[in-house]
Amino acid sequence: MTSTRLQHTIPALIVLAIAAVVAWLSFTEEPSDAFLFPRVISVFFLGLALWNAYRAVSGLARVGGGIDGNTAINVLPGLLVALGFVFLAATSLGFYAAGALAFFTIYTIYDPVPLSSLNGWVRRIAVTLVFMGVIYALFALLLQVQTPRGMFF
Amino acid sequence: MEFLGYFGGVFEPVAMMLLLGGTVGGLILGATPGLSPTMAVALLIPFTFQLSPAHGLILLGAAYTSTVAGGAVSAILLKIPGAPANIATALDGHEMAKQGEGARALHLSFLASGIGGVIGVLLLIFLTPVLAQWALAFGPSHLFWMAILGVTLIGSLDSKSFVKGLLSGCIGLWLSTIGYDDMQGVPRFVFADALTGGINIIAALIGLFAIPQVMEMFAKGRRDLAIEQVAVTKHKLSDSIGEIGRSGRALSIGTVIGSIIGLVPGVGGQIAGLVAYDQTRKLSPHKAKFGTGHPEGVIAAESANNAMVGPSLVPLLTLSIPGSPTAAVLLGGLLIHGIFPGGDLFERHPEVIWTFINSMLLGQILMVVFGIWIAASAAKIARAPVPIMAAAVLILAVFGSYSVQQSMGDVYVMLLLGIGMYALEKFGFSAAPLVLGLILGPIAEANFIQGSMIANAMDGPWTYFFGGPLNLLLVALVVGSILYSFLSNRAENAALAKAVEVGE
Repeated sequence: MTSTRLQHTIPALIVLAIAAVVAWLSFTEEPSDAFLFPRVISVFFLGLALWNAYRAVSGLARVGGGIDGNTAINVLPGLLVALGFVFLAATSLGFYAAGALAFFTIYTIYDPVPLSSLNGWVRRIAVTLVFMGVIYALFALLLQVQTPRGMFF
Repeated sequence: MEFLGYFGGVFEPVAMMLLLGGTVGGLILGATPGLSPTMAVALLIPFTFQLSPAHGLILLGAAYTSTVAGGAVSAILLKIPGAPANIATALDGHEMAKQGEGARALHLSFLASGIGGVIGVLLLIFLTPVLAQWALAFGPSHLFWMAILGVTLIGSLDSKSFVKGLLSGCIGLWLSTIGYDDMQGVPRFVFADALTGGINIIAALIGLFAIPQVMEMFAKGRRDLAIEQVAVTKHKLSDSIGEIGRSGRALSIGTVIGSIIGLVPGVGGQIAGLVAYDQTRKLSPHKAKFGTGHPEGVIAAESANNAMVGPSLVPLLTLSIPGSPTAAVLLGGLLIHGIFPGGDLFERHPEVIWTFINSMLLGQILMVVFGIWIAASAAKIARAPVPIMAAAVLILAVFGSYSVQQSMGDVYVMLLLGIGMYALEKFGFSAAPLVLGLILGPIAEANFIQGSMIANAMDGPWTYFFGGPLNLLLVALVVGSILYSFLSNRAENAALAKAVEVGE
């Protein structure tokens, strides 16, 4: 199996597995009246997922270039920061503190300015503070959204 | 001429401020590469909760209009279309900029956008009430088929693979059923506490449109993207106005094609711009000049993609079927404010809807004025650093989705849906049909259940859902949209295979 075919086969099988679970639950869960519409959808969902999986396995799926190694390596640090921000830091540190930390970390990771440049660090800190100030003004002062406080705010 | 009676609402101080803010903000967001109109409108929805429905819609409408036009800035100056709708603009616009005609290209693009946009909104004003009267005759079976048609049309037309397009629509329809069932009060597909209340549409919209773009920006890595620098030299506005006046052919072809494509559900501005560009080139006596910096290319593309905006709301407001992916997000905004599109929309909420439509008319004019005004500093806007944009959009997405119901569950769902959508997009799936499935799912289900009850009391579901000329027409359109997409996909694949064969 070529790497392109394998790349398309894995997500196609994941989608097929989801469709199969949805169909199974739709036809086995009670009361049946509550699952009438999901049953109708799940038939088409499963049928299309099967067709898609067949096309992927037989190498007929050509749309979409997949995710290459370089893309994955580039995306991973930002993705980990985003996940850490939402699932750990937002409630433990507080929304604004965690937001500032996430913004600064992402900016630093992807900024092409060398890490040895003092000006680069000053700019990153300044941009983070200004941006979080705007976010605070919009959400806390204007929209009066009560965010989780955590250790800081 | 009922709409004239509601013009006063647009000139209220708050409405005018929102219109100005939405227009200028939309132009800046549109000019920034990587921020699409759909994402901009999705990120703005949380800011409309504190506003009245009319004011909220004014902000979203202004952003929709001006982000499409603003996308021309980066298309012309950087050859990076701000939105898919501006792809055709880049073909001649950037060549003009390279020849020192950047300001002229920007003037022409905003003037053409404004003229196309005004005509598009006038079509919206005059066609919507007519179609709304017709939609009043729709029963549950018709509304069910209309919702399904919306999903199949956008699934067929918006995706490069019709199987994946329809599959995306099915995933959206399934996601819409998660949570407690309205009729029986039982939980369905609730795999985690965060899903108990179902998937919040706004959080989902933000995740599905914003997070994949953030991840696309991450994918660029730490590279210092060397963007071709183009200096913008001054150009007399009066000369540009005169030139627009002499470009009737490109302007009329763009406007007519944009308006027609806008009325077709699910097609969107990208197709409008490209088709208008192609037709103008074919009908022009200067075919060879296209692609070398010919102003008619810019005028045709920009008049088409903005003429599409107004008509794309006609099927949305009357039949709940959006004419473009951004209109699909706007549908989410309408539903959040308790405004359900349909035949009686103009009877139930005339003030809200007419104020909104009138604001779009005024917004087109403001877009031209501010667009030309920001053209001088456009180059700076269009070169916003990618790492800042990525971090800013992520933080806005998290805060925006949290503010919907002040729930961390919505933030988790938003981020996970966004990551999943990024992966799916890499394999040829598309966000637009998934979103439409998610939005139209509850409408389809409510009418399906209501129709089933009526059918059981009458001649049975087969006769009820497939009987009568309107049901048959809608079913034929559903099947036709799928068949059309299937056949065009096959033709494309055959052409591709032949090209590979020849290449070998």
